Amino acid sequence: MKTLLAIIVLLPFCGFLLNGLFRKHGTYKSVARLACTTILSSFIASAIVFGMLSQGTTAETVKYFDFINTDSIKIPFAFQIDHLSAMFLLIITGIGFLIHLYSSAYMKDEEPQHFARYFAYLNLFIFSMLLLVLGANYIIMFIGWEGVGLCSYLLIGFWFKNDNFNYAAKKAFIMNRIGDLGFLLAIFWLIARLGNANYADVFANVHNLSQTDITAITLLLFVGAMGKSAQIPLYTWLPDAMAGPTPVSALIHAATMVTAGIYMIARSNVLYSAAEFTQHIVAIVGLTTALFSATIAIKQNDIKKVLAYSTVSQLGYMFLGLGVGAYTGAVFHVMTHAFFKALLFLGAGSVIHAMHHEQDIRKMGGLKKYLPITHITFLLGCIAISGIPPFSGFFSKDEILAAAYEKNPVYWGLGVAGAAMTAFYMFRLYATTFLGKFRGTQDQEHHLHESPAAMTIPLIVLAVLSVIGGFVGVPEVLGGKHLLGEYLSTVIVPEPHHALAHNTEYMLMGISVAVATIAILFAVSQYSKKPQLEDATGLGKVLENKWYVDELYNTIIVNPLNALGGFFKNIVEKSGIDGFVNGIGRFVNYLSRQIRLVQSGQVGGYILMMVVSVVIILFIWIHDGEIYKFLVTKLF
Amino acid sequence: MPIQYYIILSMVIFCIGIAGVLTRRNTIIIFMCIELMLNAVNLLLVAFSKMHYAASLNAPNHATVGSEGQLFVFFIMVVAAAEVSVGLAIIVMMFRNTHSVDANFLNRLKN
Amino acid sequence: MSATHILFWFLSALAVVSALMVLFSKNPVHSVLWLIAVFFAISGHYILMNAQFLAIVNIIVYAGAIMVLFLFVIMLMNLNKESEPRKNVWMKLAGAISAGSLLMILVSLVGQATEVSHKTLIMKDGNIGLIKSLGKILFTQYVVPFELTSILFLSAMVGAVVIGKKD
Repeated sequence: MKTLLAIIVLLPFCGFLLNGLFRKHGTYKSVARLACTTILSSFIASAIVFGMLSQGTTAETVKYFDFINTDSIKIPFAFQIDHLSAMFLLIITGIGFLIHLYSSAYMKDEEPQHFARYFAYLNLFIFSMLLLVLGANYIIMFIGWEGVGLCSYLLIGFWFKNDNFNYAAKKAFIMNRIGDLGFLLAIFWLIARLGNANYADVFANVHNLSQTDITAITLLLFVGAMGKSAQIPLYTWLPDAMAGPTPVSALIHAATMVTAGIYMIARSNVLYSAAEFTQHIVAIVGLTTALFSATIAIKQNDIKKVLAYSTVSQLGYMFLGLGVGAYTGAVFHVMTHAFFKALLFLGAGSVIHAMHHEQDIRKMGGLKKYLPITHITFLLGCIAISGIPPFSGFFSKDEILAAAYEKNPVYWGLGVAGAAMTAFYMFRLYATTFLGKFRGTQDQEHHLHESPAAMTIPLIVLAVLSVIGGFVGVPEVLGGKHLLGEYLSTVIVPEPHHALAHNTEYMLMGISVAVATIAILFAVSQYSKKPQLEDATGLGKVLENKWYVDELYNTIIVNPLNALGGFFKNIVEKSGIDGFVNGIGRFVNYLSRQIRLVQSGQVGGYILMMVVSVVIILFIWIHDGEIYKFLVTKLF
Repeated sequence: MPIQYYIILSMVIFCIGIAGVLTRRNTIIIFMCIELMLNAVNLLLVAFSKMHYAASLNAPNHATVGSEGQLFVFFIMVVAAAEVSVGLAIIVMMFRNTHSVDANFLNRLKN
Repeated sequence: MSATHILFWFLSALAVVSALMVLFSKNPVHSVLWLIAVFFAISGHYILMNAQFLAIVNIIVYAGAIMVLFLFVIMLMNLNKESEPRKNVWMKLAGAISAGSLLMILVSLVGQATEVSHKTLIMKDGNIGLIKSLGKILFTQYVVPFELTSILFLSAMVGAVVIGKKD
């Protein structure tokens, strides 16, 4: 097991080193093959691990070496392999591999050294994400956490010659960092209370912590999750992160990095189950985010921005699930969301590729006859995300909504409203892009073609997964066994669960499916015939401008900070410190100029000075004691 | 004769020499005042040699105690002679170049 | 007051007055002459202390050779009363004051010094000033410095000639 885990983690890292250091010497084929092979091997190894665990191997903690070894704190560098991390391993390496494959065709336009740089960063990202989910204590998780933040920055700003992309990358990293502060404080608190941050020790000693401790730690951990998984108020970086290449958006901002927050809270479910106050906060924040970003997505016109806000919204759902205690449901939704969101992003990438980097959906339309495979897979993804049975999205979303209903029917109601909006904007996107007449230029129409196999194969695979992926979590009420729930029960301590009556569950399911279907039909009928090309007014305008949140942040936070920095620069630094330091230089200059006048060149003057100094020296020497006494009596 | 008299006499002449060096601008006069100072010192050295001779009346080497002082005076005179010759050569050269013996003229060490 | 004392005071007065005249003469030739008077007075002091050798050497070397050299140079440059450069009054004052203060300090030093407070010196007796004793010591104990002075003279000569060359 130890070597298997080492292989899983180190292979991508080697891929990063090789592609990164030798990026000027690789060809497209060699670089792509190296990168994809490392991830594929990691996937196979992860599958073996998964198989071993399912066959009955027990979960274990594998320690490699002592990371921090002092008297008061001992942090080992250890991996924890259990059902939860094995599942995430599969998701990360599997979808990672598909996206690597996709990128090998999508990024062909780049020069070889940038192509190699891209794959190096992608491999590094996979490595960091694996560290994150495999860590056996919060410190190792934090290392991976920072690593994925870094790779996100590097990849968003991949086309570094564009200043706007660089701003987006900086924004992502800085917002992440704000969340990381919360995470770090939580870790420090834990270590201060318990002496180490290992999962096993922390979860076993939960009863030793006071209620304030637990609430504070869970809240701070949630702040970290807010930054990484783009919840209100730290979500504005995700839409801007669409500046990066589309496969990056698919991998990082749909399937893996943004789910790190969910993973962390799922892993800490023991802590969260003990902190009821935090759970309320988590649920409310998640729900608000889900609704808020869904409203924004309704009016966006960039294909990737719609998907970005959709991601934020779905993450909100996952947090809602965590907040009401449905940890398994949230993890389930992570899995299905990874499938269909990656699919949707890759499909969008295929469309962008065909339209020669045009991303405005108002200029698309009627693409279904030019891009058949993309069309079908995109449609399947849209149906899945809208929660129509028997696609995967239905099962995971429904599980969350049922748990929400148990806690508080209002949560459920708002959740259903959000689901309706989800279906609406997704099918608005689908209809505007694929149905109707083509609205682009003649030139673009000429160049429309289906994407190469390297891009369509991942689309097909993900589409299949989106369709059948839900069957691992069929709830009892529909007659299935919740395989995923049983699988994860070793890690996730299930909350006491008052089962809903079957009738209630049927009713809930029926209502959500009906609402979603109505929204779909409405959207398709609205947008397939005459799409809205004119600028929105009134509420639409507000939504289109993302409720002006970015502008709000700018005025409240960014501009004052800039002004403060400017103040420090101009007044404190320039006049104060610089003035002082330069002033010393000027003063020394002046002094030396004055003293130089002593050297008049007149020998007579020199001799005069000599005589005077001799006189003084003799005087002091003779009257040594008296001078001292004189000074003492005068001064004191 | 108490030694203080000689010391004070010698100092007076020495200070007159210094006053001359500081006050006069003619290089030759300055040079002569330097000779004056040297002579004051010579006088004092001879006086001290006699003082040591007087103080050592009971010692066994009484006959030669204190002769170092007078020998030192001898060497001072030697050095003064050499110095005068070279110094005057310099002054002559300076006069040849600038046609003046003004000490203030020689401010090449300025700045 | 014995004859020795009278002679001492007379010679001292002569020396001081002549030195002051060296200082205050406008004509450089006059200054040279007053300086010669100072040398004679000092030689008189030497004879009073029975340092015969030094007295004679003082006259021969200083008054005879060095002052003559000075006169040669003054004559060469044709200096007389008019060509005396003017000196700044303040500098004169500063020089006089500093020299005066030096004198006062030194005098007070002598007043305080305990090592010399009760020493006297023998004026007329003692053989150490005679040529015979000095010569004996010079050529036995201090012969190396003696030889070195010859080299010193050589270098001084060479220097004077080199500097004075008219090129």
